[in-house]
Amino acid sequence: MFTQLIITGISIGSLYALMALAMSIIYKTSHTPNFAQGEMAMISTFVAFALQTTYQFPLGIALLGALLFSLILGVVIEFCFLRRAKNPTIVDLIVMTIGIQLIIQGIAGWKWGAEQKDFPFLDLDSQLVHFGDVVISHLNILTIGTSLVLMLLLYLFFQHTRMGTAMRATQQNEVAAKINGIRVNRIKAFTWGISSFVGAVAGLFFAPISTLDPYLMWEPLIKGFAAAVLGGMTSLGGAVLGGYLLGIIENLFGAYISLEFKSTVAFVIIVLVLWFRPSGLFAKHYQRKV
Amino acid sequence: MNMKRDIYEDVQLLKTGPARFWMLVLVISLLIIPFMLPNYSVYLINYMAINIIVALGLNILVGYTGQISLGHAGFFAIGAYATALLMIHLSIPFLLALVVAGLIAGAFGFLLGLPALRLEGPYLAIATLGFGMAVAQIIARVPLFGGHMGIEAPALDLGPLTVKGDKQIYFVIMPIAFFLTLAARNIVRTRVGRALTAIRDSDVAAEALGVNIAYYKTLAFAISAFYAGIGGGLMVFVLGFINPNAFDLIMSIMFLIMVLVGGPGAILGSILGAIVITFLMVKLDTIQTVPIIGDFLIFLSDTFFSRSGLPNISNIIFGVILVSIIIFERMGLYGIWLRIKIYWRTWPF
Repeated sequence: MFTQLIITGISIGSLYALMALAMSIIYKTSHTPNFAQGEMAMISTFVAFALQTTYQFPLGIALLGALLFSLILGVVIEFCFLRRAKNPTIVDLIVMTIGIQLIIQGIAGWKWGAEQKDFPFLDLDSQLVHFGDVVISHLNILTIGTSLVLMLLLYLFFQHTRMGTAMRATQQNEVAAKINGIRVNRIKAFTWGISSFVGAVAGLFFAPISTLDPYLMWEPLIKGFAAAVLGGMTSLGGAVLGGYLLGIIENLFGAYISLEFKSTVAFVIIVLVLWFRPSGLFAKHYQRKV
Repeated sequence: MNMKRDIYEDVQLLKTGPARFWMLVLVISLLIIPFMLPNYSVYLINYMAINIIVALGLNILVGYTGQISLGHAGFFAIGAYATALLMIHLSIPFLLALVVAGLIAGAFGFLLGLPALRLEGPYLAIATLGFGMAVAQIIARVPLFGGHMGIEAPALDLGPLTVKGDKQIYFVIMPIAFFLTLAARNIVRTRVGRALTAIRDSDVAAEALGVNIAYYKTLAFAISAFYAGIGGGLMVFVLGFINPNAFDLIMSIMFLIMVLVGGPGAILGSILGAIVITFLMVKLDTIQTVPIIGDFLIFLSDTFFSRSGLPNISNIIFGVILVSIIIFERMGLYGIWLRIKIYWRTWPF
């Protein structure tokens, strides 16, 4: 029972981890807490859905199309909206991403209606594997596997490619990066693209265990945000760990203490953690200067 | 240009003769408005007045102190439930219950303000957001609060009088809204307000000048929560019932939109913002019945989108408003108003 809970916790936690990762990537480069992350993932999932059911493309192409769409969407949002704000404060940025979130949600709701749809993609939730008395669905395995592979790829990307290095440089010191010939604006746009891509993967895996509607990614967004804050917002490894932790704690709490307050526990944890460590568990706390 | 001779002249509530005159006109028109308008319009005005109260409180936190709250629906809910429950179970008279409910909300604001002392930016956003969602979820699951079904509003008794109907409730809500507006104006133009503004502009510098940051930040949270609580308490009687599903993140975001659209850091801004956004919130639901725009939208829905999803257009519009406010006019409606005023004052130069 306990192992079972841990495994399903890790499975849902890997989705939180991906969302947290996506938000941390953006926060590190452009200091924007991206409230639109969930909706960007949601509309990408809808694109996959439309490609598969309305336009009758095979599944692989539909998924690739959705991921490509998410990449472009991220770049376009940075270019059209975020870049246009002059000297924004953090409140301005939060408000702006909330605005973008409302726009995307409105468009998706207008296009596909508010009623819930079943996403036929990957009917794996019902196929189970038994390890002793632990039962795992194919979907769980695929979710955990894909997220691990994606995280590994991201790590390699950030550490070993020119673009990744430029992104890290921009994160560390924007002015210095600019002086060294890095086009900071372009890097930021690409960061948004990559982050949107990571979020879209989470969305594609979340849709089969939920129902596809414009509010699909509300919960993962908030949990992912919570996980990112838990991990410290500026530490990618911390965000991933925070995601897994949150998934496991939530599952254990739901099983042993109270199923009713399962989704409330995340916020209680956040407030408690922030009370003692104002910058999250794994990030250094910097005192801001005048 | 007449010179100001001392600080009292500077902080005067109504500085000039015309200002006093227009204030009088405002008070008189507020008194006669309900007799001139149909019931539904009065209901709408009541709704606006409540949102003005909440927006003013949120503005003190967001506009003047520079903090952010995505959890004001939580305080609103606390105020609403506290008022209703105090009146139903303890049969406390309305006004006392309302004030106590406001103080309870304020106490929660103070508690949320404590961790917020060390938080900033996204951390504060997620903490307040979490608070708001936790309040709604807890209310929905505790039997005392009526669960998902919510509770009915008790009868609104003021001494021997029973107030019912939108027009009578107007005379309860509007004086409270007017009084709280004056109170907000007084808070921001005196010592407290200057301390809050100093914290917004630079908290380290403010601290160096002797502003007690811990005290004023938690105070800002408490005041702001008190306003939201009072708004919630009044909302019970406008709607006639309350249920926890209404107090969601969207509601908190709408309060924030009111403050930002109106103009953060301006009392007049909050009033304008609350009026405009409340109007849009109510009217956008029936946008397809507007003559030309409605037909065009239905045409768009049929060709590219779906007819059943048309109500979602309000989300798009609010989103566009938020984004354009940040990009084009950070001062909101108040900024536009200021610019028009200055343009005419200096005309023809």
